[in-house]
This record gives sequence, structure tokens and C-alpha cells, in this order.
Amino acid sequence: MEQKRTKEEYKKWSQKLAPRTPKARNLIMAFFIGGIICTIGQLILKALLNTGLSKDDASSLTTLFMIFIGAFLTGLNVYDDIGRIGGAGAAIPVTGFANSIVSPAMEYKREGYVMGVGARMFLIAGPVLVYGIISSIIVGIIYYLIT
Amino acid sequence: MGTRLGKQTVRLDSKPVIQSWAAIVGAKEGHGPLGRFFDEIIEDEYFGEESFEKAESKFLRETLAKILMKGKVSSGDIQYIFAGDLLNQCIAANFGVRESEIPFFGLYGACSTMAESLSLGSLMVEGGFAERCVCITSSHFCSAEKQFRFPLEFGNQRPPTAQWTVTGAGGVMVGKAGDGPRVVHVTTGKIVDMGITDANDMGSAMAPAACDTITAHFRETNLPPNHYDLIVTGDLGIHGKNLCLQLLEENGITIKEFYDDCGVMIYDPQKQKTDCGGSGCACSATVLAGYILEKMSKRELNRVLFVATGALHSPISVQQGESIPAIAHAVGIEMV
Repeated sequence: MEQKRTKEEYKKWSQKLAPRTPKARNLIMAFFIGGIICTIGQLILKALLNTGLSKDDASSLTTLFMIFIGAFLTGLNVYDDIGRIGGAGAAIPVTGFANSIVSPAMEYKREGYVMGVGARMFLIAGPVLVYGIISSIIVGIIYYLIT
Repeated sequence: MGTRLGKQTVRLDSKPVIQSWAAIVGAKEGHGPLGRFFDEIIEDEYFGEESFEKAESKFLRETLAKILMKGKVSSGDIQYIFAGDLLNQCIAANFGVRESEIPFFGLYGACSTMAESLSLGSLMVEGGFAERCVCITSSHFCSAEKQFRFPLEFGNQRPPTAQWTVTGAGGVMVGKAGDGPRVVHVTTGKIVDMGITDANDMGSAMAPAACDTITAHFRETNLPPNHYDLIVTGDLGIHGKNLCLQLLEENGITIKEFYDDCGVMIYDPQKQKTDCGGSGCACSATVLAGYILEKMSKRELNRVLFVATGALHSPISVQQGESIPAIAHAVGIEMV
């Protein structure tokens, strides 16, 4: 290669010239989209509490509603647009988790319900589940030891 | 029989003729700045099929049929077809040419496949082994996303260096005689790896390969860069195009006024939200077969250096932390 730079120098140089991620815009949009999703959750929770449900039951049911909304909007081809604008604001709430499971399930339907939908459904959510469960076990053991 | 000019370049003395060409694209490409140059625009991303992979094969199959129709030949008149795509085991090409009964060489050059197939087809004609060859390639946004990135409906954010895989297929028929544009030089690229590991930044990975091949072309042919009306790279995108220009400048090759990139030409990045531009095998193939050859046949362009660029990684090599090897092949096409 007729190149005057080392690999390290090239990498730095090309990164310097690369178009920048619009960080300020992304942060603001993540704040608003994440905020809107959580406000909707809060409204559902308040409404359920008003029906006389206990706080525990109402919050479990709210999570279910939010998962349904996330999955439903994914099925309507809308959640990918929300995610593109909202970034982590759309990925972190439980609606984003629903999206990460429903989207591969839709994508791999053509490969069949067992090796397609079944096997690929946790393509993105799998690592979250594995490490989420491992860390909750560790935290549980620590909590047990100190109390 | 052709003359070897250097380590990478041969001159084809019989100047094989590009007798016919065709490009079929998807909706986004059809609504882009080059929309009116394509033979057909398919609004349905499934192309009436039940999967994106089948749709991509259909793009290739229909384009092949169109090339034969425009060249007024039947598949029995073609001695070889050189075809490839981005999918695992090149299934779009395998299934796309399955019924054609033409002797078939399957290629994988990632997004450089159009120049790779055109190089080999022209050499085959120059060598006297074929009267006519078809060189063709395809890509599909949805099948490429599925294989290389995330499910379509997954709500992730595209980094600003990302590119948009072109949906469509483009190809040409090269033969011994006729009046169309002629293939005069073939410069075969070597793999260049500058250690880029970000699979969302193909422009940075491929720009050094494009620079390497273009530099070799001018060194070995002794042609001045302004011999060409247009030097066009495959899918470096906005960022890679800028890098390539600066790298060439450092090698003493100034081509700014007559240099462009198919990935930059095919979309309107602001309106169509394609970030750095187009990519995929069909990016350079459809711009060549839709726009460039059309302009050449009207003599609005007389000499074009077509340099398709490819990133030769796989999702597995990226996950294992390997850098992205890149390649660029150049074909000098001239009206005589």
C-alpha cells in the first residue's frame, strides 16, 4: 500500500475527518422520548391505582401494558422510527426490551417457528437476560449475607 | 491477446465491447437523484416474493433477462455468466441464475463484485474463450441488514458514518463486436487493510484500497489522470470519498474535478436520510449500468475509470475483533 501513515495514524486521521455524532441533539431527544414513554407508564399506573388495585399489582400490570405497547408499535413498524430518534431513551424502558425481542421474531419468521422465531427471538435480548440474571443473583447473595 | 502493463494492470488490445446493460432498483433508489436512469423501479421491497432473499434473486434474474432482451440475444448465446452478491454462499446469484443454463462462475468481492465480474468477463472475451459474457450483481437493503446488522424493526440509532445498502441489481453483457463503450484497461486490486475495525465505517476501511488501485492504474498505464472524464469509486460514501481524494493527493494524483462516488451519487443524503450514502454490490452496479453507460453511449462521457470497492469482512470476523480488509478493482471503459 502506497500509504504514508501507519495503521494507528490512519485510524486517528480518518476518525478526525469523520462526520460527528450529533451528541447534543441525541441527548435532548433521548431525554424527551424516554420522558414521554415514562410519563405514559406513570399515567397508566395512576389510572390502575384509581381502580383500587394494590401498588404491587398496579405496577406489575403497568409493566405488562408497556411491554404490549412496545411490541404492538414494533409490529406496526413504528418503534424502529422511535428508536432512531430517541436512541437510549427508547431502548432503556421496557418498551425497548419488548422491541428487541419482537423485531428478530418478525425478521426470522420466514426461517420457521422453531429454528427461526424460536431460536432467534433472543438474539439481542439474550445477553441482557443472561447478565441481568447473573447480576441479580450476585446482588441477592450479597443482600442475604449482609442482612 | 492483451498486454500486461505491470503487476496489476493489463491492456485489452481487442477492446471488448459492452453490448448491453440494465439496472433494476428498489423504491428508495428510484426516488433518488438518478431515478430516471434506471430501467425499472420496483416499489415492493418483496418484489412479489415471500422473503427478502428471494426478492434479491428476482432482482438479479429480471436484470439478466433485461440485459439479454436489450442485447437481442438468448441465454444460449452467452458462454459465461459472472455473478455474485453479499449473502452467505452468494445465494442471490446462485438462485438468480439457476434456471438460465448459462455456465456460471460465482464471485464474492463484496461491493467490488461489479468491477470484479466485469474484469473477468472482459478478460474471457479478450482471451478468445467467449463470444459474450454477462457480468452481474445484486444487493438488497433488507437482506443485507438481516445478515450484517440488526433486524429491520429493531429501534437502534445509525451512526453518522453508516451507509445504506442499495436494493437492486445491475449488470452488463460484454462481447467481441459492436459499437458500445469498450473495456480497455483492467487493474486488479490487492487487499489493503489499514486496521479499521468499525463495521459502521466502511468508507474509512475502503478508501486506502481505492487509492492503492487508482495509483497503481496510473503508474502502470502511464496515463495522466485527466485522460478520464470521470473517475468513479463504488461505495466509499461521503466520508470515504473525502479520504480517498486526500490520499490520492498525497500520492500526487489530483482528480477532484472529475471524481465522484456511486454511493454519493445514488441518494440524496439529507432528504433520504442515508447518512454517508449508498453501499452494497448493487450501488456501483446500478450506477454503472443505469447512469454511466447511458451517458457514455450518448457520448456525454467518453472515458470512465470505474473503481468498485469492497469490504471483505464478515459479521463473525468483526465480532472476533479482526480488522476490515478492503479491495478495489478498476476497469477503464472508453468510447472509441
